Amino acid sequence: MSTTELIIVLVQAGILVNLMLVAAAYMVLAERKVAAWIQNRIGPNRVGPWGLFQSFADVIKLYLKEDVVPAAADYKFHLLAPIIAIGVAVTVFAVIPFTPPLEIDGTLYTLTMTPNMNIGVLAVLAMTSVGVYGVALAGWSSNNKYSLMGGLRSSAQMISYELSMGLAIVGVVLIAGTLNLVEFINWQSQNMWLIFLQPFGFILFMVTALAETNRAPFDLPEAEPELVGGYHTEYSGMKFGLLYLAEYANILASSCIMAALYLGGWDAIPFLDDAAILGFPATSIPMVVIGHVAFLTKAFALVFVFIWIRWSLPRFRYDQLMNLGWKILLPLALANVVLTGLGVYFFS
Amino acid sequence: MANITSNTEAQRLTFWERIYLPEIAKGLGLTLKQMFKPKFTRQYPEERWIPEGSYRGRPVLVQEEDGERCVACGLCSRVCPALAIEVRAAETDKEKERYPEKFEINMLRCIYCGFCEEVCPEEAIVMSKDYELVFGSQEEGIFGKEKLLIPVAQLQERLEFLRQWR
Repeated sequence: MSTTELIIVLVQAGILVNLMLVAAAYMVLAERKVAAWIQNRIGPNRVGPWGLFQSFADVIKLYLKEDVVPAAADYKFHLLAPIIAIGVAVTVFAVIPFTPPLEIDGTLYTLTMTPNMNIGVLAVLAMTSVGVYGVALAGWSSNNKYSLMGGLRSSAQMISYELSMGLAIVGVVLIAGTLNLVEFINWQSQNMWLIFLQPFGFILFMVTALAETNRAPFDLPEAEPELVGGYHTEYSGMKFGLLYLAEYANILASSCIMAALYLGGWDAIPFLDDAAILGFPATSIPMVVIGHVAFLTKAFALVFVFIWIRWSLPRFRYDQLMNLGWKILLPLALANVVLTGLGVYFFS
Repeated sequence: MANITSNTEAQRLTFWERIYLPEIAKGLGLTLKQMFKPKFTRQYPEERWIPEGSYRGRPVLVQEEDGERCVACGLCSRVCPALAIEVRAAETDKEKERYPEKFEINMLRCIYCGFCEEVCPEEAIVMSKDYELVFGSQEEGIFGKEKLLIPVAQLQERLEFLRQWR
């Protein structure tokens, strides 16, 4: 890798990390707005037009708050937990290609932190599994029984649902025959979106993604009525803010991955060749812009679905959660892998 | 040993209900519909709620052209369960002879029960529509005559309500 390439990647990474954090902050606003609409309310509308600057007000407030650390807490780990949580959440974005490749002087550039990483999907799975350390450490180091239970539940939940998530991805990996997200999307724009071939795998992935990101109906780690606030009960100020942002960054990451793996990423029109219909060369600037908009539309539509599900469904009980994970989702995911394998063997 | 139950909720579910997904889709459809319904929010400082005559807000003294109606009998002070009212009577040369020299309601104690209004023989103390009560200190919470006296014209609705229903 030459120095120029390194600089380009570093600049892109800096831009993307900041954009993702702002997007995560805005998702908090989106969540509050959608929640309000579903409950026939208006939602935040005081800071700026339609409450659009509410996120900045929230962040400023969090920075100005006193940082309280309980006397019994382990200070080092109490500090480390939010750092791990947000670090891992942002790292997941490293492998996601946000735009189609742009050709400049015969070289292809994609807006991503790690251009053409050939184990993208594996990296995503690895990073989401590390994400549980943030939550578990936060619960453990707070030295509070509710926080600890929240952390433990989160670990148990992630371990149970990670398997099904991995197996759901195996289905699409078998069909596309690659782990590189750029090639994944290229395969989909040449053939068809994988959601049409793997609708069942998509639902499996969606359910496990809900569990992985600790979202309702699987938000047991923070279950307000039973655990007060779960793993972030003892956090205040920006440390709490970081845990909160990490949660939303995780949702955005899952949405982006789903958009890339199942919904054709930057491919704007399913089944057809976009570049030919729209009349631009495949690696030109208009196609890059269209592709980027298409990608973000899909990602944020999925984010909306996440929020929508949260405000529609009640929380699972802990035993129901484990039953669903091990007795239902895991066998279904295995069946999906076997059937997909047979399908790929006979039809290709 | 085993807890034998039959015909439970779980057994009565059909196959489609038991696999959750169609039911979840129904639920999501319901919430989506709610999103587009008119909102119930009242934007408070801009849009204020104006109560009906039957509303029991802050108790006030009725003021007529020649002063208050109150004759300082002290019944309201007697009946007040929260001991919020203090009345000190004095005499005048006017036709009514008695008037309250001092009339104080401690709004920090008042429970808006309306007993003072009910017991008043002169319809001199009534519950108003005022529900916005803010004080910066405990002393400000004690309302004297200057805050309690309200012209009779503003209280017509309540007086009519009392005549009709009391």
